[in-house]
Amino acid sequence: MTVSLISVMFAAVISQNIVLSQYQGICPFLGVSKKLSNAAGMGFAVIFVMAISSVFCWLLYNYVLLPLNLDYLYTMAFILVIASLVQMLEMILKRFSPTLYSALGVYLPLITTNCAILGTANSAIVFNSYNFVYSFCVSVATGVGFLLAICLLAGVRLKTDKADIPACFKGFPITLVTAAIMAMAFAGFSGILA
Amino acid sequence: MDKRKVKETLLGGLLKNNPTFVLVLGTCPTIAMTTSLAQAFAMGIATTFVLIFSNLFVSLLRNVIPDKVRIPCYIVIISTFVIIVQMVMRRYLPDLYSTMQAFIALIVVNCIILARAESFASCNKPLYSMLDGVSMGLGFTAALCVIGIVREFLAGGAFAGMKIPGFPAMEGVGASAFGFIAFGCLMALFNFVIRKVNDRKERLKKKELPLSEGKVGTMEEAA
Repeated sequence: MTVSLISVMFAAVISQNIVLSQYQGICPFLGVSKKLSNAAGMGFAVIFVMAISSVFCWLLYNYVLLPLNLDYLYTMAFILVIASLVQMLEMILKRFSPTLYSALGVYLPLITTNCAILGTANSAIVFNSYNFVYSFCVSVATGVGFLLAICLLAGVRLKTDKADIPACFKGFPITLVTAAIMAMAFAGFSGILA
Repeated sequence: MDKRKVKETLLGGLLKNNPTFVLVLGTCPTIAMTTSLAQAFAMGIATTFVLIFSNLFVSLLRNVIPDKVRIPCYIVIISTFVIIVQMVMRRYLPDLYSTMQAFIALIVVNCIILARAESFASCNKPLYSMLDGVSMGLGFTAALCVIGIVREFLAGGAFAGMKIPGFPAMEGVGASAFGFIAFGCLMALFNFVIRKVNDRKERLKKKELPLSEGKVGTMEEAA
């Protein structure tokens, strides 16, 4: 149980990285990776929301939607949970933790449309039907994987922004090529833990 | 209806405001769902359907939805149509649906749809909003299909599932990393072509300026 949990979490962070091998959350990955500090802020906000939304979505799916045979509504239910959670978190943080709010506040509204959050909730709770502890741990690990990927990309982009490259490759194209090379490196870790 | 505005709205999504190559929105399905032409086309059409109807309903309800809770309202409208797509695909295209399941559900958070609801449909009339949905959706579908054709050809030497004789499959191109490279290089190519076309237009303008003295109407033709 613990061994398989560790290997699932390792896969979620590195070899099955949410951005680089599952292709989810690419919009913020490309959009918010210009500066390292912004990238880190976005990454931590994603971990935070992903962990909390996995708890609420799991409870909602297993105790409300499944008993009522409404499981086909999971997409709408989850996205509403995530959207309202983000809004609530924003208000709570603003009231009780101004420092955390000033660090994460700007990124919170963007997170509603981050498909990594909804995608992780869908795959952990609906497609794989993990139990409560599993789905929480996998969500946190997935968020850590997102943080790792976006921070690494931000570091590389500091260099590529100054490099002398063909004009048509400036901006997004070179970032995508960089991401491809990172994806190869991350895929190289698959198979370490079977 | 104003003809010029219709034309602008319809053509905008295909080239000038292409959601994939110019606005760089909705990148997740662009990379994940383009390993074959069939998948890319299905994803594009599904997104277009959701985009047209969410634009229509957001536009119809634009005077009813209060400003403060508009995002949750848009999301409810969008996810309704996503659920319809899910049900139809599960019934009529079960094989394709099983490979695309994860990303069909994620159409809800596709930024193109929310961006068009927020920036276009919420301040335009229903008919224009539908036209905008058609144009944006087709621009997205076209971009996805181009990437899909290139990736399918390179990875398997095939076109739309049919093997082309004489072109062997390339090892490793099927790997996940290639999606990023293919998208990046095609975007660079798109930028390159647009830049060349614009340069040419400007050069033509400059050339004709001195000649146009005494000739009436040359400037307009050049423009």
